[in-house]
Formats: sequence, C-alpha cells, structure tokens
Amino acid sequence: MVPPWTRLERMERKGVVASRRWRAAGLVLAAAALVAVALASVAYGSKPIAVNRVLGSFFTFDGSSDHLIVRSLRVPRTLAGLGVGVALGMAGAVMQGVTRNPLADPGILGVNAGASLAVVLAIYGLDVTSPSGYVWFAFLGAAGASVVVYGLGSLGRDGATPVKLALAGAAMSALLGSVTTAILLLDVATLDQFRFWVVGSLAGRDATILRGVAPFLGAGALLALGSARSLNTLSLGDDVARSLGQRVGLARVCAAVAVVVLTGAAVAAAGPIGFIGLTVPHVARAITGPDYRWVLPYSAVLAPILLLGSDIAGRVVARPGELQVGIVTAFVGAPFFVALVRRRKLAEL
Amino acid sequence: MTGHDLRAEGLRLAYDAKVVVDGLTLAIPPGQITVIVGANACGKSTLLRGLARLLKPTAGGVHLDGESISRLPTREVATRVGILPQSPVAPEGLTVAELVARGRYPHQRWFQQWSAADEAAVAAALESTGTAELATRPVDELSGGQRQRAWIAMALAQGTPILLLDEPTTFLDLAHQVEVLDLLGELNATEGRTVVLVLHDLNQACRYAHHLVAMAEGSIVAEGRPSEVVSEELVTKVFGLECRVVPDPVAGTPLVIPVGARHRRPLVDFGSDPT
Repeated sequence: MVPPWTRLERMERKGVVASRRWRAAGLVLAAAALVAVALASVAYGSKPIAVNRVLGSFFTFDGSSDHLIVRSLRVPRTLAGLGVGVALGMAGAVMQGVTRNPLADPGILGVNAGASLAVVLAIYGLDVTSPSGYVWFAFLGAAGASVVVYGLGSLGRDGATPVKLALAGAAMSALLGSVTTAILLLDVATLDQFRFWVVGSLAGRDATILRGVAPFLGAGALLALGSARSLNTLSLGDDVARSLGQRVGLARVCAAVAVVVLTGAAVAAAGPIGFIGLTVPHVARAITGPDYRWVLPYSAVLAPILLLGSDIAGRVVARPGELQVGIVTAFVGAPFFVALVRRRKLAEL
Repeated sequence: MTGHDLRAEGLRLAYDAKVVVDGLTLAIPPGQITVIVGANACGKSTLLRGLARLLKPTAGGVHLDGESISRLPTREVATRVGILPQSPVAPEGLTVAELVARGRYPHQRWFQQWSAADEAAVAAALESTGTAELATRPVDELSGGQRQRAWIAMALAQGTPILLLDEPTTFLDLAHQVEVLDLLGELNATEGRTVVLVLHDLNQACRYAHHLVAMAEGSIVAEGRPSEVVSEELVTKVFGLECRVVPDPVAGTPLVIPVGARHRRPLVDFGSDPT
C-alpha cells in the first residue's frame, strides 16, 4: 500500500506548477528574471549604456556622464519601479482576496481616486509643488477613501460583501473623480502640475521619495504576507472562514490596512498606475493555484517585472522622448482586462 | 468523540430588527443525529447559524460544554463545532485536497503549519468521503454530489466532535442525496460524531434522525424521536399541509404522504361511473 504521505504529496496541487518544490523553483526563476529586468532598466534608455559601464558606475565610479546618469537617474528610477511594482502587485492580490472579486484593483476600491483628489487639493489649496510634498497627501487620500469605501460597503446586514465593496468603491471613485475634475477645471495651473503626476510615471523620482515611502512599502508587504493564511480561509466564504475559527472582521481589517498602506505608498511615489494590481495576481494564480501563501510572493516578484518592463518599453518606443509607464501598462493591461471580463465564467475567488 | 454538550437557552436571533428565532431552548443530544425541519423561513437555518456562533444572539445564549459560545475564543470553538453552510463556493482552481487541507486551519499556528496529525486527518477525511481519487481535481469542475462530498470532507478534516450541516442535500439528485445522508449516518455510527442537519425532506429527516426538531415561526413545535413526533396533525401545523402518515416500507420510520388539493378524495360520489 502507498503510504498516505506520498499519496497526498502527489495529489497535492493543481496549476501549472504542480508541487511545492516546483513552485519554489519558479519563484527563484522569476526573481532571477526580475534582476535581469532591473539591470536592463538601468542600461537601456534614451541613451543606452553598456552593462559593463553600468556595473562600473557602482564599483569604479569615475564621474563620467554615463556613470552620473546611472547613479543619479536610472538607479533611483529602477528602485522606484521595483518598490512600486512590489506594492501594486501585492496590493492587488490582497484586494482580490479580501473582496473575493477578480476585478478588484486600487481603481475599483476608490484608492486611486482618493489619492488623486488629495494631491489635487494639496496643489490647489496648499500650493504644494514637489512630488515629495505630494506623498503624504496621496497617502492620506488613499487611506481616507479606503476607510470610507469600507465603511459604506460594510453597512447593512451581512457586512462588507464583495459586491457591496465594489459598488461602494465605484460610487466613491465617481464622486471623488468629479470633485477632482471640478477643481482642475477651475484652475489651469493646478491642471498642468497634476497632469504629469496623474498618468503615473517613474521618471524624475529621486531617492528622497523612495526613502520616504520605503518604510510603508516594507510594513505593507509584511502585513500582506501575514494575511496570506487568513485570505485562504476568507476565500471559502465568511461562514466557512468563521467556522474554521477565523476572526473575519479582524482579518479583513488587517488586509485592508495592508492594501491602503501599499497602494497609498505606491500611488504617492509614482501616481496612479493602473492594471498592474489587476493583472499580475491573475498571472500568479494561473501559475500557483489559488493559495495566497504562493500568490502573494509570486505577485510581489512578477509585478515589478511587468512595471519595469513597461517602463523600459516606454523609454525605447518613443526615443529620444519617452512614454510614461502608466500609459504603457494601460496598453498591456486593458486587453487583459477585456479578456478577463469576457470570460464566460468570471472566476470566483 | 461523544460527550460534547451544545445547547441553546432562551435564544433570540435577529437580522437587524427582524427577529427570526425567539425564546428558543434546545439541547442537542450528544452522539446522535438531530434533524431540524420546518417550512421555508421558519428560522431553521438561522438557528443552525446561531448554534455555530455565526450569528450573535440578541438575547439568551448558546452554550458549549457549559460555557457561553460567544465568550469562548472562536478558534477554540472551531476545534469542537464545525458548520457547513448551504451551498458554499470554493475559489476557482482549488483542488479537493487543498480544500480539505484548509479544514485543518484551527489546528495550525504560524510557527507550525502542517503536522503529521493534519496529514492523517486529511487522508482519513478523503478516505471516508470517497473523495481520495478526486483529490487532485479542482472543486469547481466536480459534479454536485462530488462537490458536496468534498466540502463534507473539509468539515470532517476539521475534526470537530459536533458537526452542523445546513441542507447538505440541496441541489443534489435523489441518489446523491441518499449517498450524502448515508455518509453522515455512517460517520455518526462509526465515530460517534454529533450531527445536526437542516433538511427539507421530511421523510429523509424521519429516516436519518435520532432526534427530530420541528420548527414553525422561529419556535420549536415538537421534538423527539421521529416515530413519536411525526403525525398528521404535526405536519399540518408545521407545513400547513394535509397529509397521511404511514410506516416507511423500508425503514419503518414515519412516511409522510402529502394529499394536495388535486387528489383530495371526492366527498360526493358523482354517480357518473358506469362500473
């Protein structure tokens, strides 16, 4: 007779990657790909710099323009892309998990709209002009909108159901968006400043911004990883989760805080970049199956690959100018979104 | 596994302002199968949710082994009482083995995630529900009967001495209904688990219940052994249905046969039949 252990090991998981060992190997592979993309992000641009010159700027800095470009422009930009990518990927995965909504994304829960409105208010009312000044407002706006959306979505007899959360998010997005538009229409100077930020760009992100949001990114990532097990039970429905001894309200709040912190920080650093949080968790899930203990790390590694890849593409396509990364991710993400919606059976998460 | 005591005392359950169950007192007999029956919206599912602390009482309380269930840590309760809600939905792509493994959640901690006991409980649950050969299949691709067995396997893996199930036979064809009920009867007989079921079919309830609870409008109308409790008067009272009760030719338990308006015996002979 086959011992039960090996039998269970064999029957364990489905998905493209069939066993735990393979999933770990896949994660290492993805991480290697991320390193390669990050190097490419430093090397390619409107002025291509050979990889040995790139490495030289770290180890034998000689003050040449190539080395200066690498160290003062491309490295901070790549690091920003890395941080923002990790945050968006994990935030999207947690959001989809906690709302059990395959279309959940910072846009849907109103986080982007809240952050944008806060930034516009800061530019318009408080004359804040530098991106490092936006950070805190974007963060506050993201948190505020999420709290309101969660509060609205939780009203009524069965708490924050996926549908009610999505509806509350859509309603809040529309409301906040129209306020934002009204302010922009009133004031041309605000519009000009806002326009660059709102599209989402990694360009011109200096090290101070990243340093400012890094603690939030770190805390959010840890909280998200810590929520993986409760997301697994929540995905079976509230009643089953409760029956399994999960404190559903507490788990939701933890996950929501992770989402707010991650998206708030990401939006503050790079503006609202869409579709990363939507697409990457689905790709991760297709590889690992629906276990959030794997979906989250995979999302964290795959998202910056997509973000940095899009950023490189934006730099290469429109040389010597460049396309902002938010536009490129929209080009990649929109068809994916359409395909997702057109699927006959919209995935139950 | 016997001996765990679950009871409701003066229980009132409400959704917002709407009181569904009021002043209900019920002791679940340990080691037996209790079946709750009643008309739609009589509060039977609500009662089950209340017994499993999924719904907080607005008055009275539920006691597990003498302690108020809402004061016990929920994880502690989860090792003693399991509930399978009506038609639960698994996330897409989740395999049967993964689903069943998630039943072990209350026994796991961050620092110790998968033990030999978990392994054994999952293997046993798969075995006893006949889902071992389905283990690698995604739950969403199974037939209704297979899916229900997979969920029951998850509840079994949780390893609770008390198991509550809300209409586990809904959406199943007759053969699968019997299969699921036989499985639960078997689990009760071999492992002595206390089973509480909400069922729609009165005849199945009579067959599988040791203890039958008939509810109407949020209160218990009658409870006891099916053969002692089920009568034509009770069915009329609970379901508002005229019926005949005869012995089940197979099990000997009460068999309820509804009369229905179209088959009521004519009171007057129309005299037109030439024979």
